[in-house]
Amino acid sequence: MSPTEPVAEAVLTVRGLHKSFGDTEVLKSIDLIVRRGTVVALIGPSGSGKTTVLRCLNGLEVPDGGTVDIAGELSLDFSAPVGKRALASLRDRSAMVFQHYNLFPHKTVIENVIEGPVQVQKRPRAEAEADADELLRRVGLLERRDAYPFELSGGQQQRVGIVRALALRPELLLFDEPTSALDPELVGDVLSVMKELADESWTMVIVTHELEFARQVADEIVFMADGVVVEHGTPTEVLKNPRHERTRQFLHRLLNPF
Amino acid sequence: MRTDSELFWDSLGPIVLGGITGTIPLAVVSFVIGLAIALGIALMRLSKVRVVSAIARFYISVIRGTPLLVQLFVIFYGLPSIGIVVPAWPCAVIAFSMNVGGYAAEVIRAAILSVPRGQWEAGYMVGMSSSTTLRRIILPQAARVSVPPLSNTFISLVKDSSLASLITVTELFRVAQQVAAFSQEFMLLYLEAALVYWVICLVLSTAQGRIETRLDRYVAH
Repeated sequence: MSPTEPVAEAVLTVRGLHKSFGDTEVLKSIDLIVRRGTVVALIGPSGSGKTTVLRCLNGLEVPDGGTVDIAGELSLDFSAPVGKRALASLRDRSAMVFQHYNLFPHKTVIENVIEGPVQVQKRPRAEAEADADELLRRVGLLERRDAYPFELSGGQQQRVGIVRALALRPELLLFDEPTSALDPELVGDVLSVMKELADESWTMVIVTHELEFARQVADEIVFMADGVVVEHGTPTEVLKNPRHERTRQFLHRLLNPF
Repeated sequence: MRTDSELFWDSLGPIVLGGITGTIPLAVVSFVIGLAIALGIALMRLSKVRVVSAIARFYISVIRGTPLLVQLFVIFYGLPSIGIVVPAWPCAVIAFSMNVGGYAAEVIRAAILSVPRGQWEAGYMVGMSSSTTLRRIILPQAARVSVPPLSNTFISLVKDSSLASLITVTELFRVAQQVAAFSQEFMLLYLEAALVYWVICLVLSTAQGRIETRLDRYVAH
């Protein structure tokens, strides 16, 4: 975001997010602000906790400390146990694209996409299908609407995964390493769909190893290591002029793998 | 005096009728109720609440650790001595469905566990509760893997239902026994009964194959 633009309101505000698995402290007080219409990329070495942050935002993991606010209308404090209803309200406002797609294998493409809108949001089936068809058309998969997931390539499945998330009309789109499971030649299709979404001002949080994509698309890059945010800033700040040694090490290793 | 072949053909009608009006309804009703019990026990067994899971384990252990004939006799001959008299047919259904409940529970539990965790998460992600996710996402996928083992359970049940003849339920084997006692042609009649059971099971195996093909339509081959 250029400094001349007015600062958009925060869709997501995370403060002091904390999560342990048994004795292992995976997240040690994470702060994160995501403004409306912006893309935040979470990068960092594996085990840094970036996927856990994302899963906490979709209520798939329950943090054991910290607060999550969404658009000022939902505020959860995890320092006390939260109920299923609170987690459900979190999921109502966000939608996730999984690393391994996690499409429903027993349902066709169109059934996958309308499952949430029809079964959960109780929207009329015809309307949900029309919306789904439009979304599928945009990602180039309308003619595969009646195929089962096993009939699709990985890249096609992931685009269906993205459409399934969009069809829920979330305020916040979460991407968990959406291209990590794909064959290299299929990565581009998925990334270009994501870039289009960014251009349309969807609010997105992306966990990714695709640094070049993050550089082009993200408004902010957050570098995490060992359960803390080491530094964050614009792509230029973090990727070109990292301030911390830990960030430099990570970037060096990623750019010079041999 | 009738020849063996005349006796065979004359008795085939009543034996097959015993199968159609006795064995098959008994097996089908017991299996359907048994599956419902099994699903309940399987979910209890998967519960994080220790007591609930322990109750389910105890049930499965008792059912699998005692002979079906003994279970049948406890219900039919045992219960009246404490004042509970249940007619023979319902008794057989109770015993068989409780038995299926114990065996099929482990099949269903394993089938539920075979569905990847990501499927639960995708269900939650689109906003479903755990019970909706179970019903719409997990069980349909678990059904596919549990068809072969549950078919075995059903085929065993069809054959085990002959035990109901011992508590006076009229079914295939009891008809054969009665004709045998009357004609004194034990070898012929019991082989004939075996043949009819075998044909029923062949039909069931074919049906199993069809169901598997149908449920496999969304899986890569």
